[in-house]
Formats: sequence, structure tokens, C-alpha cells
Amino acid sequence: MSRASLVRLAGAGLALVALHELPLALNPYFVTILARIGIAIIAAVSLQLVNGFTGQFSIGHAGFMGLGAYASAAFSVYLGAGALDALGGALPAGLARLVYFPFPLVCGGAVAAAAGLVVAVPTLRLRGDYLAIATLGAGEIIRIAILNVDAVGGARGFSLASAAHPGVDLRFDSLAGVYGVAALVIAAIARLVYAGGGLAFRAVREDETAAESLGIATTRVKVEAFLVSSFFAGVAGALFAHSEGYIHTNSFSFVRSFEIVTFVVLGGLGSLSGAIVAAAVLTAAPELLRGLGEWRMILYSLLLIAAMILRPQGLLGQRELWPLSRIGAPEAREKADGVPRA
Amino acid sequence: MDNLIQQLLNGITWGSIYALIALGYTMVYGVLRLINFAHGEVYMMGAMTGYYTARWLGLATAPGVAGLALVLAVSMLACGLLGAVIERVAYRPLRSAGRLAPLITAIGVSLLLQNTGQLVFGADPKFFPALVRSEEIFRSGAIAISNIQLTVLVTAVVLMAALEYIVQRTRFGRAMRAVSYDAPAAALMGVPVDRVIIGTFVLGSMLAAAAGILVGLSNPKIEPLMGLMPGLKAFVAAVLGGIGSVPGAMVGGLLLGVIETLVTGYLSSTYRDAIAFVILVVILLYRPTGIFGQPQTEKA
Repeated sequence: MSRASLVRLAGAGLALVALHELPLALNPYFVTILARIGIAIIAAVSLQLVNGFTGQFSIGHAGFMGLGAYASAAFSVYLGAGALDALGGALPAGLARLVYFPFPLVCGGAVAAAAGLVVAVPTLRLRGDYLAIATLGAGEIIRIAILNVDAVGGARGFSLASAAHPGVDLRFDSLAGVYGVAALVIAAIARLVYAGGGLAFRAVREDETAAESLGIATTRVKVEAFLVSSFFAGVAGALFAHSEGYIHTNSFSFVRSFEIVTFVVLGGLGSLSGAIVAAAVLTAAPELLRGLGEWRMILYSLLLIAAMILRPQGLLGQRELWPLSRIGAPEAREKADGVPRA
Repeated sequence: MDNLIQQLLNGITWGSIYALIALGYTMVYGVLRLINFAHGEVYMMGAMTGYYTARWLGLATAPGVAGLALVLAVSMLACGLLGAVIERVAYRPLRSAGRLAPLITAIGVSLLLQNTGQLVFGADPKFFPALVRSEEIFRSGAIAISNIQLTVLVTAVVLMAALEYIVQRTRFGRAMRAVSYDAPAAALMGVPVDRVIIGTFVLGSMLAAAAGILVGLSNPKIEPLMGLMPGLKAFVAAVLGGIGSVPGAMVGGLLLGVIETLVTGYLSSTYRDAIAFVILVVILLYRPTGIFGQPQTEKA
């Protein structure tokens, strides 16, 4: 391992430790907002893969997020509480939680990805607006279906508390956890789109017919993007469920989907850092504007309209603020050295 | 049997309101290829304007057809103006910026109107004044028609007939059809495309305002977020009929209203909201152009 990467690793470790200690110093309100920003970033970055890099237009992301939230919450309440109880007996409390929490996250992601596959295979035949409308419908169907499942609370919402193990705390509101997962998701998607094979996504975005004539299996590429995207949406939902401790289907309606689409378009279609910045700013904005009282959401929507009119290509267009594209395959990077990239 | 007929009647009444909103979506999509997500909020503003007009004029205490016509006229004018402003401010600057940027400003306008509504009108529900005193005008066995249902139906039919006349028989309607068919070619033929687009927004917004008033009559609870779900469902109705097609929006709206009422009546009201989206997905998979839509070949 080179010295530079050691330094980077140490930096990341320090940041995580700092994030772990931060909640003790901050008031819980800020911790909640920071956690929501981290979750919004994961949702935005995962949608960017489909909307920004593959050129498909999905406006049903909240449905997958909701599915992940509910699946992971059900997992924790019905299976996890007992497991965590048993783990807690064998390991120190902190370590037991660290070992346990990846499981509900993966469970939420897997269920959302399975639904993503079910939605993607038939709908990705559609193009443009029709695809957008179909994903919107799919997202709402998922939400209403969850609303009708009594085991996860139905219209009452779902609390992360197990009746069988009332003493077990299923909440996971560690900022280090949220941002650690966010960093992993960003790295995974950056690697996917900026490595050599990632060109396939952008080829489909630029011209599907031309991409197909070059031998790219366009349907496969689109389904893959959708699958990965819904998996991470599910992970975001799982983090949301476990950091809030209570979920309701109202949080996952098309209004939330529109919000995530806004992060992606306002940040710049095809820019991961744009999506990150837009998600952070737009999630924090309503809180920062809280002093304005009733006027804050009016100002927020005016700012949104103005930003879009002034920067129709999004804040960053297709550029990246940080060298995220270098997370891609190192060999490809060396070959491309000195050659200006598109 | 009587019950079924009653349900169908209720469904047609409710569906005619969907149809009025759906027309706005479909006309705007026709000329701009834009899904105007702020349309549901225009419908809300229509209901709100109607509420305040009726109160200021003191019509709540003196119900009558003349009062209803007056409230309809004021509200339609106000919303027509609102539609024009929305187009001019939020969509026209982005005409050449691709398809997604206007979608985000549409979401922005929708948020703006919802929140302005909450600030100005208050978030609590209001009760729309009874502009028409509810009476039963027909009864046969278990089937009953109220004069409100009849008013809603007649108003909707008159407005749709007027729209059909405008679209098919007037110079403006011809220009609108030309822009919808091929905007650049229409511009070359001297059709003032910008004016046609703004006129389309005005027409669509007026119909949405009328829908808002009619909802106020038949279902008097109105509030600033009332446009969200009906707006989205009317959009589904437009897709069902074939987005871009005027008769399609009418038929799609009526069908959706009837189907929803039947599902509520015979299955379960909790699935009422889901059925619209199930129809949406099924229609998109098997006939994405809807009932009346023309299949289009993809342009490079």
C-alpha cells in the first residue's frame, strides 16, 4: 500500500471516529438533521446512476426506499431483536451492534433490489416519459401495498420495538454508521460508472441505438443500473428506519420521489458530487430557513425554481467536484493519463 | 342492480371532475411534451378562489344557479391568469433546456402553491359554501340523483363541449393542434407558438378551476394539499385515455372515476388509491399510448 493511500485511510478512520464522538457534543436535533442528510445523499447518488448516468428517468425511488425501510424494520423487529439480545450476551454491547446492523441494511437493500428487478424488466421497455410515469405508478403501488400489510403497522406506522424483546434497542443513530455507509455507496457507484465498463451506462444515455450497434446489451445495462440503484435506495430506507425508530408510508410517497429527483437534476445529471451537494443543501435548507417561520417553504420553492432557471444543466452539469472518477479502475486511469476526457 | 347503477352514477360524477383536470394535463403535454405537475395545485387554487369569492359576495346564504355561474367565472378567470403566469415565469425560460429542468420547476411551482396556500388560507380544511342547496331530484327504488350531481355533470359536459368547439372549430384550436402535431413546422407556417402555448395553459387552468369548484360543491371539504392526489390521478386518467388526446382525457377521466367508485363500493376503500396506479402500469405495459393515443415512431 502506498503512502498516499495510507494517509487517506487514516484520514477516513479519523473522520469516522470524529463522527462517532460528534453526537455526544451536538444536540440531538443536529444529529437527526445530519443523519437525514447522509441518507438523502445515499438516495440521491443511487438515483443518479439511473437518471444521470444511464439516461433513464425514474420517479419512483421513494417506493424502493420505503420497501427497504419496512423490510429492514420487519427484519429487526421479528428476527433481529432476538439475535441482538443473544449477541449482546456474548459480545460487548458496542461490538454486538456493529456486528448486527449490516444485516438489516443488506436485507432492506436485497428486498428493494428484488422489487427493482420486478419493476425494471417489464418497464424498461418503455422510454422517456412513459418510463417515468410507470416508475411513478410502481412507487405508489409499493407504498399502498405496504400500507395494507398489518404486520408492519398498516396506517398506524411501524415502530422499531420488539414485543418479545422489549429491552433491546433497535435504533441505530450513529452518524459514523450513516456516513460510513454513504461513503461506501458513493465509492461503489463511482467505481461502477467511472471504471471502464461504466462507459456502457453513459453510452446508453447518449444514444441507445448507437450503443446497441456497438454490441452493448442495452437492456442488461439498464436493468443492472436499476437493480443497483434500487438496492442502495433500500439501504437508504433501512438506515432511515433504524435512525428514526418509527416509519410511516407517508414518508415514502411520490412527494419524496420528487424530492430525490430534484437532488439529482439540480445537482446536475451525471455528476455524483452534484447530487451529493444538492441533497445536502436541499435537506439542510428547510432547517436553516426555520427562522423565517411560515415563509421558509415558500422561499425554499422559490429558490428551487430560480436555481433551475439560472442553471438548467444543474449546479455542476456533468462535472465532479472531487476526483471521484479516479475511483474507477486504476489501469484505465493510467492509460487515459494525459488524454483529455470527455 | 340498483346499487350498481347508483355506483355508476356516482362514478360518472366523480369521473367528470377527473376528466376536467385531465384535459389540462393532456393539452399541455400535447403542445409542450411537459408533464405539468403543478396542475393539481391550480385545481386547488380554483377551489380556494371559489370559496373566497362566494364568501365575499355573500353567496353562501343565497344559493342559486346565477351565484354558481358567477363563482365559476371568477375562479376560472383567476386560474387562467395563474396558468399564464406559471407558464411565463417557470416554463418559458427553460423551453430550450431539455425535458427535465421544466419538470423540476413544475415541482417547485407545485410546492410554492401548496405552501402559499397554507400561509394564505391556513392549513386547516375549509367548508365550501353550499352554492346549490342539496335536494334529491330523482328517485327510483334505491337509485337517487341529487341536484348537485346533476349540476356537476351538466357543468362538466358544457365545459367539455365548449373546449371541443374551441379545439376543433376556432383559429386558436387549429393553431393548437398544429403546434401539438409539429411545433417547429407550425412556427414556420406563422403560427405564434408562444402565444398558443400560453393559451393552452390558460384553457387547461380554467378547466382545472372549474373542477375545483365542482369538487367544492359535491365534497365541500377543501384544503391547500387537496390537489396532490386528484392531480396525480387525473394525470393517470390522461395517460389512460392517451396523453395528448383531448377525447382521451375525457374518456380516461370518466373511466377512472367509475372504476374507483366500483372498487370502493365492492372491494375495499383502502385499495382505492392503488387501483389507479395499477391501471396506469398495466396500460403502460400493454398500450402505452392509451385508448386514443396514436403510436409514434421514435425520432432520432
